[in-house]
Amino acid sequence: MATITLPGKKVLSSRAREALNGYLFISPWALGFLVFVIGPMIGLIWLSFHRWDLIGDPRHVGWRNFERLLRDRLFLKSMEVTIIYGLGRVPLGIIVALGTALLLNNRRIKFIGIWRTIYYMPVVLPPVAIALVWMWIYNPRYGILNSTIQQVFGVPGPRWLDDPALVLPSLMIMAVWVAAGRNMIIYLSGLQGISSELYEASAIDGAGYWRQFFRITLPLLTPVIFFNLITGMIDTFKLFSQAYIMTEGGPRNQSLFFTYYLFQKGFQQYQMGYASAMAVVVFIIIMALTLLVFRWSKAWVFYEGELTGGN
Amino acid sequence: MVANIALNAPTRKNALQEQALSYLKVAAIYAILLLGAVLVFFPFAWTISTSLKTEQQTLAYPPTWVPDPVQWENYPDALTARPFGRYYVNTTIITTLSVIGQVLSSAVVAYGFARFRFPGRGFLFLVLLSTLMIPFHMLIIPRFILFKYLGWLDTFLPLIVPNFFGGAFSIFLLRQYFLTIPLDLDEAAKMDGANAFQIFMSIILPLARPALGAVAVFEFVSTWNDFLGPLIYLSSDRNYTVSIGLAAFRNDYFTAWHLFMAASAVAMLAPLVVFFLAQKYFISGVALTGSGGSKG
Repeated sequence: MATITLPGKKVLSSRAREALNGYLFISPWALGFLVFVIGPMIGLIWLSFHRWDLIGDPRHVGWRNFERLLRDRLFLKSMEVTIIYGLGRVPLGIIVALGTALLLNNRRIKFIGIWRTIYYMPVVLPPVAIALVWMWIYNPRYGILNSTIQQVFGVPGPRWLDDPALVLPSLMIMAVWVAAGRNMIIYLSGLQGISSELYEASAIDGAGYWRQFFRITLPLLTPVIFFNLITGMIDTFKLFSQAYIMTEGGPRNQSLFFTYYLFQKGFQQYQMGYASAMAVVVFIIIMALTLLVFRWSKAWVFYEGELTGGN
Repeated sequence: MVANIALNAPTRKNALQEQALSYLKVAAIYAILLLGAVLVFFPFAWTISTSLKTEQQTLAYPPTWVPDPVQWENYPDALTARPFGRYYVNTTIITTLSVIGQVLSSAVVAYGFARFRFPGRGFLFLVLLSTLMIPFHMLIIPRFILFKYLGWLDTFLPLIVPNFFGGAFSIFLLRQYFLTIPLDLDEAAKMDGANAFQIFMSIILPLARPALGAVAVFEFVSTWNDFLGPLIYLSSDRNYTVSIGLAAFRNDYFTAWHLFMAASAVAMLAPLVVFFLAQKYFISGVALTGSGGSKG
């Protein structure tokens, strides 16, 4: 109340104090951002113009690392493999998760809590343990998958992870098993947020289930699908433990995921400069892809705010 | 959907047919959900089954689901083949400190963004959001070099300390939650002479328990399961985490699947127990933000 009677100095100082408090509270993040994000980013760019094996002094090599990248067959392969995997796994994951969520989003289905718990379980497991378990399932000779195929169909099953054509699909199936539960919950909460009035109104107009799905459900879920698409893409470039544990990038480099190749170059061959150049290029590609998806999303992502004119 | 059926049913016979059809539909949905649950459980069941078999049994054709004899010794055998007890302790230390650091620092920063006006707030928050989209694996090399210069390699510090500076995802989640806490409460406390820090401790934190719980469980899972970080930063066996210990164990033996499955089952135990004890935080956290547990 004193602030009203003394406008000049007092208001300013209470505002300044508020700002000061604000800066004080966010300072841990700001500091961490500088030390663990901005600093390493500058370091990454600097390193990408150098040659360094961690032992001697870094030597400036200009654009040579980047020129070498364009001719590096394995680097191009790692990009190809990562992108193909993403293009398969991300839509597959969205379909499975959305499909399960649609099944659960029915008033007559009971025990939703239990279903959610069951489906979510694999999400919390250590990737290394998951990788070992699925390696054993996929084992061409003794694995349960091929033993079952042999028993039921009387023919030997495929070689899964050892088959250059099947290694990526095999890893995609495993990834869907791991992550479907999380995305399912995201979709389910999206579905539960859709007002039932919309469905009732369209039911009066005689719209059937599929018509409602394409006219109401899907458009209103586009923000969630969009979110899923972006995070799925970024996750693809993080893939590491599968390659490290299960395939070592093989067979015939058919699962040489980008992060695994980066690890090989940086931490097994100690080519810090070259590996940094790889990271810089992929960094730019991912950011460009993300921006592209953001722009493209304007054409098909529907935000409910648009309906009411936003705020 | 019930209203839908009623509206579309001009005759009694039609209504009966519709009802029979919808019972069938519900039964079909249950069948699909059950199949999904079986598919989820199947790798777990196969892990436990294999972990109790003798080596010969794991190689038998046709494979059996019930081990005979039940080889309980696989567990002590696997867990002493490498010092998994030590790995469990290491992982527990790293994870506990990371969770504490992440929750405390993120809550402090989120409070700053949610409750104070200051020049540049919008811009800084946008910067924070944009870091959610950055693929941080790209920074492993400079970070490794940074920690090397700090002399932190082969210690737990590179895995713990960054968590004390808040995580973008946690800050975002907490800030959204703090915004839903009525400002009147702050004002009332201010009248009573509480300062900003006291309001944070006595009002914001107690009311934000669901969101703090979600941040804690996500951080637990991502730190406990982290593989690339410990692989790069830790080099001596006595510092290993469960994940890299498991990877090393696999390289020691190569085909001892009964032992690998026993060790894997034990590695899965801690996150599963935490999940079952705190599942409401996982589910509400995921629904709240559309992500979770995937720091990578």
